[in-house]
Amino acid sequence: MAEAPEETVVHDELKFANDSKMTARDVSVYYGAKKAVDRVSIDVDSHFVTAFIGPSGCGKSTFLRCFNRMNDTIDIARVEGDIQLDGENIYDTRMDVVQLRARVGMVFQKPNPFPKSIYENIAYGPRIHGIADSKSDMDRIVETSLTRAGLWNEVKDRLDESGTALSGGQQQRLCIARAIAVDPEVILMDEPCSALDPIATAKVEELIDELRGRYAIVIVTHNMQQAARVSQRTAFFHLGNLVEYGPTEEIFTNPRADRTRDYITGRFG
Amino acid sequence: MSLGGFALVVLVLAIASYAAARMRAAAFGRADGARLHSRPVYHGTWAFVLALLPALLLVSVWSIIGGNIVASQTLAQLPEAARPAAGIARETFLGELRAVVDGTIAAAFDPNVAAAVPIYRQTQSQWTLLIGGLAILLALIGGGYAWMHSKADFRARTNVERIATILLAVASLVAILTTFGIVLSLLYESLEFFSRVSPLEFIFGTHWSPQTAIRSDQVGSTGAFGAVPLFWGTIFIGAVIAMLVAIPLGLMSAIYLTQYARPGARKVLKPLLEILAGVPTVVYGYFAALTVAPAVRDFAMSIGIAGASSESALAAGSVMGIMIIPFISSMADDSLSAVPGAMRDGSLAMGATPSETIKRVLVPAALPGIVGGVLLAVSRAIGETMIVVMAAGQAANLTANPLESVTTVTAQIVQLLTGDQEFDSAKTLSAFALGLVLFIVTLLLNIYALAVVKRYREAYE
Ligand SMILES: Nc1ncnc2c1ncn2[C@@H]1O[C@H](COP(=O)(O)OP(=O)(O)OP(=O)(O)O)[C@@H](O)[C@H]1O
Ligand SMILES: [Mg+2]
Repeated sequence: MAEAPEETVVHDELKFANDSKMTARDVSVYYGAKKAVDRVSIDVDSHFVTAFIGPSGCGKSTFLRCFNRMNDTIDIARVEGDIQLDGENIYDTRMDVVQLRARVGMVFQKPNPFPKSIYENIAYGPRIHGIADSKSDMDRIVETSLTRAGLWNEVKDRLDESGTALSGGQQQRLCIARAIAVDPEVILMDEPCSALDPIATAKVEELIDELRGRYAIVIVTHNMQQAARVSQRTAFFHLGNLVEYGPTEEIFTNPRADRTRDYITGRFG
Repeated sequence: MSLGGFALVVLVLAIASYAAARMRAAAFGRADGARLHSRPVYHGTWAFVLALLPALLLVSVWSIIGGNIVASQTLAQLPEAARPAAGIARETFLGELRAVVDGTIAAAFDPNVAAAVPIYRQTQSQWTLLIGGLAILLALIGGGYAWMHSKADFRARTNVERIATILLAVASLVAILTTFGIVLSLLYESLEFFSRVSPLEFIFGTHWSPQTAIRSDQVGSTGAFGAVPLFWGTIFIGAVIAMLVAIPLGLMSAIYLTQYARPGARKVLKPLLEILAGVPTVVYGYFAALTVAPAVRDFAMSIGIAGASSESALAAGSVMGIMIIPFISSMADDSLSAVPGAMRDGSLAMGATPSETIKRVLVPAALPGIVGGVLLAVSRAIGETMIVVMAAGQAANLTANPLESVTTVTAQIVQLLTGDQEFDSAKTLSAFALGLVLFIVTLLLNIYALAVVKRYREAYE
């Protein structure tokens, strides 16, 4: 990726947004000497679901992981540029990564419940951050989180069972509930449905739709129908560049960049 | 010619068969242009095997049972009066006879033995001639058979493969059968012991003093065989003190190596730690006896504990703990590495710090594997001998004071069996009973620990 990135096409509706939850400016990420994300700038709106799409290896996950500094856990990864959460630079030395991650939660591609009870899975975050004051407080948080994740009715009688004993779809909703439990402002989801069957996928998509508005949601997906179904904003990445960013409907019906059009119409990727 | 000479001839014949069959097969290949089923080398190998194996089998069987046949035939040829009675007398007689024949002693003391020597020599050489001749015959037949049967489509390769499989299976059986034999002999001697000392006294008695008097009219002629102090000492040193040292240190070093150390550091530190496992236990023994034990005693004295022993449970146990560290650390390392990275990421993404992640997610997730490793380590520690022999002492005290001297099952076994011992006294036999208990306990521990570890592995595959 030696050549300068082509100009990113940002649709007008998004250019002057002033209620962005998170903003990224000129963000580049390197793995060792290899550049995986190249000078990407984007605003994430708190009222919408933002989808990141693009062919495999284009840097969607890498870029997503910048928003809660999960790239810090990879020794060779190096992030350049500026990312702000409510106007605060999250890479600033004053930013505490523990608090950042409480505010910006994450759901992974493969459901990864802890090998603990369902209850303990949800209680994990509140315990770490000292959110619950009492047992009844914790019970309430567990119930609210599971209810919001649409899982309460399915598991309320077996909160003591291991989280790993649930089905894949339930596990993923458990992970979403776990993220919700610390009351984050942003939820990052990296292909949350790619390990699930269509029915479980539909449930998770429904859940995402219900969570919209309460949390700013960013979702990486390979599935363009999914992006079209759940998101209101879509960003198309290619070879580490942000190619086009606009309202989902516009991107899918009327893409402006050639590369976006080729990808949407299935000519590559 | 001795049996070894015949064996040499057989070997030469086998090599000749190899060469002949191989050349013949090669000639087939060239002559009719037919495709050989197997390469000539397999034809050769098959001929070699056919020539060698039956003859070898015969010679091995003879070398096992031959001695007895020759002996009993020799005795049968002796006049009635010169023949020894059955039992010990017969064994002594034969022992002396063989020693003279082998040249280990120059002449026999017993005139009857002296008389038997030439008879024995003659019988033996007749048999050797017979067996050696038979072996050569077998080699000739085997090699010849293989040679005659080598045709282009002969499946020599398949046969050779089958022989190879059988050989490998036999090799693996050797270890298993040996173990079996050891257990049986242990069992036999233990039963002998328990016919003299009640198992209840042995397992529940608290007084251990195996000295039996030489003469039955002396005081304390029976000895006391209550093994509880030994079991306690073993557990105290191997499962308590050693583990108090090894578990925290081993676990922490595993956590450091898997979670914190940079790849470069890990590459250097991990093998270094594993070198600890390669130090001979006798070296740890010196260290415990000459360095740690006196230091422990001096320390005890300096804080005003009178009568601290120079051989203490603490010294032996802590050195044993050091020895076990690499064992626990590598088991814990494996278990921690087997926890999926997604688990760790999930916890970190919740805002947990690395140490919270380790404490609340990784270690609990790896716990079954770690526990399995600890159990294996315990079973190793209680079977460990050298350190306790050198540093734990011989006094069978039933005490929980780590500064006192205690003794262990293994240390006692060594004690009971070294030096001149009467072989069928209760004292000597008790060593086998102790060994049996040790064997059963470590076996159960190992089986259980391996099952735990296996179930844990399956959980993450
Ligand atoms: N831990 C890592 N170490 C080194 N290189 C990495 C690492 N993770 C990702 N990469 C590289 O960075 C580039 C972008 O990877 P990334 O995972 O962000 O792609 P992606 O768009 O999420 O792809 P996919 O859709 O397949 O998940 C790829 O070329 C990948 O090989
Ligand atoms: Mg990805």
